[in-house]
Amino acid sequence: MDTKNKDRHTIGILVQNVPGVLARVVGLFSGRGFNIECITASETHEPGLTRITLVTTGDENILSQIVKNLNKLINVIKVYDFTDIEFVDREMALIKVRAEQHTRAEVLRIVDIFRAKVVDVSPHFYTLEVTGNESKISAIMELLGQMGIVEVARTGKAALARSKKH
Amino acid sequence: MIFGFPGGSVLDIYHEMPKSGIRHVMVRHEQAAAHMADGYARASGRVGVCLVTSGPGATNTVTGVATANMDSVPIVVFTGQVPTAMIGDDAFQEVDIIGITRPCTKHSYLVKDVNDLARVIREAFYLARTGRPGPVVVDLPKDVIQAVTEFKYPKKVDLPGYRPNLEAHAGQIKRAYQLIKKAKSPVIYAGGGVILSGSSEELTRFAQMIQAPVTATLMGLGCFPAVIPGEKGQMIPNPLWLGMLGMHGTYRANMAITHSDLLLAVGARFDDRVTGKIAGFAPNAKIVHIDVDPTSISKNVPVDIPIVGDCRNALQKLISLAEAEPVENLESVRAPWLDQVGEWGRKFPLSYEQGPDLIKPQFVVEKIYEVSKGDAIITTEVGQNQMWTAQFFHFNRPRTFLSSGGLGTMGYGFPAAVGAQVAFPDRLVVDIAGDGSIQMNIQELITVVCNNLPVKVAILNNRYLGMVRQWQELFYDKNYSSTCLDSSPDYVKLAEAYGAVGFRAAKPEDVEPVLREAFSVRRPVLMDFLVDPTEGVYPMVPAGKSISEMLLD
Repeated sequence: MDTKNKDRHTIGILVQNVPGVLARVVGLFSGRGFNIECITASETHEPGLTRITLVTTGDENILSQIVKNLNKLINVIKVYDFTDIEFVDREMALIKVRAEQHTRAEVLRIVDIFRAKVVDVSPHFYTLEVTGNESKISAIMELLGQMGIVEVARTGKAALARSKKH
Repeated sequence: MIFGFPGGSVLDIYHEMPKSGIRHVMVRHEQAAAHMADGYARASGRVGVCLVTSGPGATNTVTGVATANMDSVPIVVFTGQVPTAMIGDDAFQEVDIIGITRPCTKHSYLVKDVNDLARVIREAFYLARTGRPGPVVVDLPKDVIQAVTEFKYPKKVDLPGYRPNLEAHAGQIKRAYQLIKKAKSPVIYAGGGVILSGSSEELTRFAQMIQAPVTATLMGLGCFPAVIPGEKGQMIPNPLWLGMLGMHGTYRANMAITHSDLLLAVGARFDDRVTGKIAGFAPNAKIVHIDVDPTSISKNVPVDIPIVGDCRNALQKLISLAEAEPVENLESVRAPWLDQVGEWGRKFPLSYEQGPDLIKPQFVVEKIYEVSKGDAIITTEVGQNQMWTAQFFHFNRPRTFLSSGGLGTMGYGFPAAVGAQVAFPDRLVVDIAGDGSIQMNIQELITVVCNNLPVKVAILNNRYLGMVRQWQELFYDKNYSSTCLDSSPDYVKLAEAYGAVGFRAAKPEDVEPVLREAFSVRRPVLMDFLVDPTEGVYPMVPAGKSISEMLLD
């Protein structure tokens, strides 16, 4: 693991789904000078509860302040710091890539290798859907980069702690 | 008890107010309403309330809200809002006050349904006063105010995301006490949390049990008695009291911190005005930190033993441990340290020289203490007036010193004094002000006059923004840019114009008679003390230096 990755942390936040809750979370980060690399938020199976997953950077002290400050927000029910626990994470990306006659086959091979899907086709472009962890998305983007990526939309990370095996 | 100012969106509340039996003090600027609620809360320990209209009424309270937030003061601010259907339309007097105050409140609510109103109000007061207290803003759209519903006040507060940890961890307390027991040169560093949690008695008791000297932050002044009754009943300095620490702290407090081997921080947050350069702050000490807010622990200074909990709960537990296993040979173990502390005190005591001509500002503060016999609620503005008061007034009881510490809000002291006077109509309440600060909320003179509130204001008038001038003198080549106030109002005439009493003292011998007369009339009094324009606040730790590197005069 390189040093950059060492300082990246994934945090899950269970919040009450009330107006302004996202602004409170995001405002905390900007107001106190913390970073957000990516953030996702969506309702959960429990009515009234939203799960936010975000990736942040910072050393141990900063992370501890982030977790404590999040816990201090009245609408935050629980904070999961995934730094030292096993978790699964996935991200989905839509990638529009140049697909001319001579490169189409190569794009499709890459799609196949990464178990991605072609979701839109036009004379010069394919739009791909790919799901995986961060490194998988990065890897496919690097390969497709050689073909010419036109646009990318990534969802950002969603994460859950692994359940205890016993 | 509400401090407020009416306007379009809160007209319906004001319409009902006379019938409600709620006492209302009408201010002349909404900032003052928030500060009055704050002063009321700090002096009484109850939640302060203010009510203002939408738009500018709401934005005018923001400084007051931020002030209360930085100093953890429980207030609830009700703001009017345009009708829900018009929110977002840039309607007349519309502002997103929830958005504006989000970073400087403990929590806030926009009430969109009248059926939520009772619950929200219940929660707002609960949040304001529990855990680490703070301001809560409740935004009330006009249609919600006008709507009718059956009043159902919830019996219980249900806030699943809010469970402040008040119970101090027994194991951590035990570990802390083991360190305290072994310490040779312990210091207790007490902050505003001691006052907020009502644990001054416990702190005082514990300090005596372990014979540890006590220093306090600006917010903590009054939590430990600065003077105690002597053998003949006269008040003498408390030998365990070090005075305030930090940028304008006493030499002995800062030296004691620097040489301590154990620092017990109680309800304090290691503010930069307290610590100076972090590396030079208590470099040899193990640090135990008690605070109800976990975010305050190890934020600026790494801590050896963190204890999250209510200060009172933690101190009570420490006291029981100290009762069960007292420090062995306490007197002989502690003697060298207390001797050393005493020596620092004698070497560079707080001092000034009062000559025959110019009044020294410190002399005025000392005279206020003498004439009031220390039995007063003192508020200050921000700057030199605040620091001289902190240094030269001997605070003995909690909730008798109200000052804007964290935000440093000029214009706080006068409205805060009004709030305190409303809470305690029969007590002497004095705002020790500067000629700069007092002008920031001077319009409230009419509020005290028409409400018969006998607040006293002592202006230490040096014709400068003194603290800024002091920095210019020391660090900005004596370039006194925009700090000279030589064209100022005639404060005596100003007081009279408002219907208050005005006095002026220009000579040292006038100070005491002016104070005696001011304190004896049951009317608001503005006192103009013409003081030495160039007097500075010392000791001073220059920004970025260690607290042991003090400029002494």
